Amino acid sequence: MATDAASTGVTGTTRVKRGMADMLKGGVIMDVVNVEQAKIAEDAGAIAVMALERVPADIRAQGGVARMSDPTMIDEIINAVSIPVMAKARIGHFVEAQVIQSLGVDYIDESEVLTPADYINHIDKWAFTVPFVCGATNLGEALRRINEGAAMIRSKGEAGTGDVSNATGHIRTIKGEIRRLSSMSKDELYVAAKELQAPYELVCEVAEKGALPVVLFTAGGIATPADAAMMMQLGADGVFVGSGIFKSGDPVKRANAIVQATLHFDNPDEIAKASRGLGEAMVGINVADIPVPHRLAERGW
Amino acid sequence: MSPVIGVLAIQGDVREHARCLEQLDVDVRLVKTAEQLKGIAGLVIPGGESTTMSILAVKNNLFGPLRELRTQIPMYGSCAGLIMLADSISDGRADQETIGGLNITAKRNAFGRQVDSFEIDLHIPAIGEPDYHAVFIRAPLVEAASSAVEVLAAIPADKSLTGTDQVVAVRQDNLMATSFHPEITSDLRIHKYFVDMVRSA
Repeated sequence: MATDAASTGVTGTTRVKRGMADMLKGGVIMDVVNVEQAKIAEDAGAIAVMALERVPADIRAQGGVARMSDPTMIDEIINAVSIPVMAKARIGHFVEAQVIQSLGVDYIDESEVLTPADYINHIDKWAFTVPFVCGATNLGEALRRINEGAAMIRSKGEAGTGDVSNATGHIRTIKGEIRRLSSMSKDELYVAAKELQAPYELVCEVAEKGALPVVLFTAGGIATPADAAMMMQLGADGVFVGSGIFKSGDPVKRANAIVQATLHFDNPDEIAKASRGLGEAMVGINVADIPVPHRLAERGW
Repeated sequence: MSPVIGVLAIQGDVREHARCLEQLDVDVRLVKTAEQLKGIAGLVIPGGESTTMSILAVKNNLFGPLRELRTQIPMYGSCAGLIMLADSISDGRADQETIGGLNITAKRNAFGRQVDSFEIDLHIPAIGEPDYHAVFIRAPLVEAASSAVEVLAAIPADKSLTGTDQVVAVRQDNLMATSFHPEITSDLRIHKYFVDMVRSA
């Protein structure tokens, strides 16, 4: 919601929300569960941290309902680092989002990693001053989220697995569907909008620009420098790394290496250098071994 | 011949700056290494996260060549780029390095967190009429400046929350910087001002 601040300027506009995501481009956003991890992330050159109580690998292992983090924990992380801090709200849980906004968080992730609070509606993100990032597995889903006010999209992947195959599939799908729209004649876009279940105006905008109107990051299963670089080569504007860093043998080294590989994503010599001597990667689970009802990427509609 | 203007491509909204420059008839080169700095006639340091930019510039041995170059060619920094060109920073990390060159103290996130990011019209005499629509995102502020620094724009006291003029655009010889992001608007006047600096350098 755009509002007049005391006397200066206008806050909460689409431009400052989407612009904030522009400033994150080329960067790595890291999941952290405490101040110590947040500092490691900042020192390694993370562009932002995602404050949450349990990383996706633990949510998956421990089960139960996953919710918004304790505000005290989010406060501590905000106070510990100077880079932007993001936090997750459950899909559809607009009150968790209100609480997170009141804490002064810089971006809210309406995330499938937490247990959804509403299986029909997502949050009306236009109603907030703070910007939102949402997950998507395909273009239609991305455009529905943008229509609801998301100012940034991340492809979903399958969080907490260390298996990058779903992230690859989702970014390829989104990019491929964008290319397909760009090649269509104007009268074909009506049917395309119907098939994508997305607003016609947004479909036209994507067809004309050859890109989403917002920044597109990728997430879910990224565990190595080469994983991160591959996502960048596939056209991501940046990456989220969840369990991949702090569930590995040497988080400090791995965090630094993933940042370096994201910067030099098109330079195999640099990616090789970043990949040396990192110790154990997170053990991981193959997505194929996870029964379908337990797959997080399929949450969201 | 069109001059080659580099955009420091460590992180941030590199593409937006490149798009603005391309419309002003210059050749644009994205710069990630010291090697790529050779032969450019000007350099833009984009918006982004100054902490990240600084850490990565240290790791990739870029500060030496950048500091040498800043005395030779015009540079322009927006937002994080303003912090990178500032001689000193307040509210930064204790070890945050900068290219420096502007005799200013930049206050990081001076207007607050993302919910406080804003848009406002500014009077900027150097680029003429009409007022310039400026976008501030977790923006820094020029907290102090030496007499060598020319103030290009300020949020006037009657519109600022502090009740005093807040300096948001400066120039000192070949270096200029803005707290705001002209690259995410379609008004090219700030970039044109910089390109003119490069052409007349």
